[in-house]
Amino acid sequence: MHLEHVNVKLLVKSPEEVDLEPLIPVFHSWIQAQVFEELLLDVADYRHVPAGPGVVLIGHQANYSVDNSDEHLGVRYNRKAVVNGSNQDALRQAMRASLIACQRLESEPRLEGKLRFNGQEIECFVNDRLLAPNRDATRETFQSDLDTFFEKLFRGNEYSLSYASEPRKLFGVSLKTSRVFATADLLANLDA
Amino acid sequence: MKASNSLWQKELAGKMPEALAREIDIFETEIALRKQGKLEERLFAETRLRRGVYGQRYDNGQRHDGKKVQEMAYPSGELTKGPNTMWDAPGMQRIKIPAGGLNADQLETLAELAEEYSDGIAHVTTRQDFQLHYVHIEDTPSVMRRLAAAKITTREACGNSVRNVTACPYAGVCPDEVFDVTPFARALSKFLLGHPDCQNFGRKFKPSFSGCSQHACGLASMHDLGLIAVQRSENGEPKIGFEMYVGGGLGAVPYQAKLFDPFVPPEELLPLAQAIARVFAKLGEKKNRSRARIKFLIQDLGIEKFRDLVWEERKNLPPDPRWTEYIESAKAFNESPLKPARKGPLLGSADFQRWLETNTRPQKQEGYCVVTIALPLGDITANQLRALADTARRFTNETIRTTVEQNIVLRWISQDDLAELWRALQAAGLADPSAETILDIVTCPGTDTCKLGISSSRGLAAELRKRLAERNFQFDEAVQNLHIKISGCFNSCGQHHVADLGFYGVSRKMAGYAVPHFQVVLGGEWTHNAGSYGMPVMAVASKHIPEVVTRLVDRYAAGRKNGEAFKDFIKRIGKAELKNLLEDLARPPADPTDRSIFTDWGDPREYSLEDLGVGECAGEVVSAIDFDLAGAEREVFEAQVAWESGEAERAGKLAYQAMLRAARGLVKLEYPNISEDTDQIVGEFRTRFYDTQRFFDPFAGGKFAQYLFAAQQRGQQPHTADSARYLIDEAHLFVEAAHSCYQRMGKPVNV
Repeated sequence: MHLEHVNVKLLVKSPEEVDLEPLIPVFHSWIQAQVFEELLLDVADYRHVPAGPGVVLIGHQANYSVDNSDEHLGVRYNRKAVVNGSNQDALRQAMRASLIACQRLESEPRLEGKLRFNGQEIECFVNDRLLAPNRDATRETFQSDLDTFFEKLFRGNEYSLSYASEPRKLFGVSLKTSRVFATADLLANLDA
Repeated sequence: MKASNSLWQKELAGKMPEALAREIDIFETEIALRKQGKLEERLFAETRLRRGVYGQRYDNGQRHDGKKVQEMAYPSGELTKGPNTMWDAPGMQRIKIPAGGLNADQLETLAELAEEYSDGIAHVTTRQDFQLHYVHIEDTPSVMRRLAAAKITTREACGNSVRNVTACPYAGVCPDEVFDVTPFARALSKFLLGHPDCQNFGRKFKPSFSGCSQHACGLASMHDLGLIAVQRSENGEPKIGFEMYVGGGLGAVPYQAKLFDPFVPPEELLPLAQAIARVFAKLGEKKNRSRARIKFLIQDLGIEKFRDLVWEERKNLPPDPRWTEYIESAKAFNESPLKPARKGPLLGSADFQRWLETNTRPQKQEGYCVVTIALPLGDITANQLRALADTARRFTNETIRTTVEQNIVLRWISQDDLAELWRALQAAGLADPSAETILDIVTCPGTDTCKLGISSSRGLAAELRKRLAERNFQFDEAVQNLHIKISGCFNSCGQHHVADLGFYGVSRKMAGYAVPHFQVVLGGEWTHNAGSYGMPVMAVASKHIPEVVTRLVDRYAAGRKNGEAFKDFIKRIGKAELKNLLEDLARPPADPTDRSIFTDWGDPREYSLEDLGVGECAGEVVSAIDFDLAGAEREVFEAQVAWESGEAERAGKLAYQAMLRAARGLVKLEYPNISEDTDQIVGEFRTRFYDTQRFFDPFAGGKFAQYLFAAQQRGQQPHTADSARYLIDEAHLFVEAAHSCYQRMGKPVNV
């Protein structure tokens, strides 16, 4: 089974202090400058929806958002286009994209440093129920791919991994590390 | 786009109704043919529209990013899915929900699709449909297959077809209804879906059912085909049937439906609808889209002639067993509760009590309630859809309906379960205590995603919700019950004509710059099936609309007489006083450095930046055309006042005069010596602005110019109240179009 449409969400520190409104001009400026390799198209504002997608930067190959689904506020990368390569490639691509976006937001003056990765919690989903239904067999299939990837990402540091148990939800894992990582650390680990 | 697209057909084989599966296979083939260049783009466009696959804003491959127009470098290059519609540009998938009826499995399917193919949000529309946005065309067959497996179709959700058949969401449980229209709405929907007699319309056709005449729920008066449940006695026996209305509709110029027949028995419902469809297909306008809805055909023919033609057609229809075979099961149709009826005391917190007040209503079946889940701007997340599915299974037999106010209702809630249900909804963020109040604002997608949007209706709605929520505790019941509805343009998808406070998006120049505006439309009637339409008052910059709402609400709260409805209050104080109340808000800001009005709500990009070029900072310069357009607006206003005073003839003349003044203003830009002669004005306007298509709206084409030509042709014919009212609306739109045309022309030649 091949992994596609990987989503990565980096949970943010002190979510109650994060105001999503300034993200709207920030995302518009990302479209102006087309800052990523994906084609960036538009901004969708769902701040009015409780525990919703927040503010979404719509792209052709992927969406970027600061998403509050499950009341876990985080910087989310949602890969829509197919990534040609191995499962490790698909995981690496999505993780890198989310980290780069998060790093940009962390250094964005309009956000006044209030939006920062909490350094320890990451959620990873596969946004395709046919390729990856949320059940035990899928976990067994991808377990070794996930172990390999996260071992490398966290450089052998301890982490816990838990699966979403609700079968109707996307197949996904929640990770929590014992030590705190900066986005730059994780990007460096990905490239090592 | 999805890696799994090639797998769903096999995965769902045998799980989809055969006819739907075949339809989707055909569409998938058409997609392949279009990609190979073997299917002409216009044909492909109509075929996808008839499957509910709609275009979305910026799908021409261009987007103004606040600094410049960006050409979107889509991977599929120049391949299109319709005229000026790039293949890869995200689109909207509309999903038909006949009578708004859903079960829990269907909610779960919608949740999956919203997550996997859209942006995590499913949107309830003002016609009880669902919409998913930002969907790639190549994903749509998978979306359709998964829906088909859940017994939902997208067929004929858009295009020139019979659209979703809507019905009162309280049908079957409303204490005031005559009978439950649900099975009849479903039967009509099934009968007309893909019917050969419905494949050759010039425009869409929207049917609606209501269980009574007094409430709003079915909105029969604003539909192409409106059906209201009635009962009469025949030989001492009660017999059910429908009051049948035809030719209603909102759109740019709203029309009230005309009574076609006061009593259509169930056995005549389907054949008469079929006969109407045949007459519409045969005689309805095909070339001129702006006059292609059935309302124009009925207006041209007159209701009597139309009725004769339909009955003639009815006589010639070959009998079809489907006309009557559903009736016995329809009469026996009955939803059942999951829990026994109980009616204990409803104790709980103040929040619970507030929610009970706004979001629940008793059913005619004692001990049961309908619960409304108020969705902000009609949006619901995938997680919420799943939570709602769980809730529906826990408390009901999955008796779920969408509403035309973009909400969802759960029916058959045992009153003893209300507290538990409230807690379950609260946990899912679905217990907002605002259903059908001033906070429950209806809005179309507007500039967020709609190709036709002029102003940000959703941005405005979100802002108004926020501001009104802060003051909500101060409002008395009359104010809390006001309806606000917003459309992003004149096409009325937000149903602004039937709101107490309605708004629709227009663009105006202020101090030489394009500024997003909303036209304020006041005094529409939501009850009595959308009993009467509001009238435009004035256009105000988008950023000033919250202040408009504040002033109107405060004026109503302070000045209404006992029990006076907003509509009656507006009528009493009159247009002139309203103008005084709001006039200062229509002026450019006093502080020239105030740039706030040049952006729209929720969108920081400067609106129409092309107008901000060097040398056009002409804030102090007022051109002749500005005076002409202002004069034309004034005449439209005077026409409205005359109409309200019952002076139909004068109103009609003033409306025509306003159009002439606006047309002359445009002509004068190039031909300063244009005379006051009507024929010369219209002739020059036609040559310079219509034949060259410069006056054409990017989407409506020459529709607004034709209003002027039709008015000229009409000549000195006397006006009725109806004809004057239509002409006022048309004049209003013509003047707006003149504003837009002038903006597109850039800096005037003659100032």
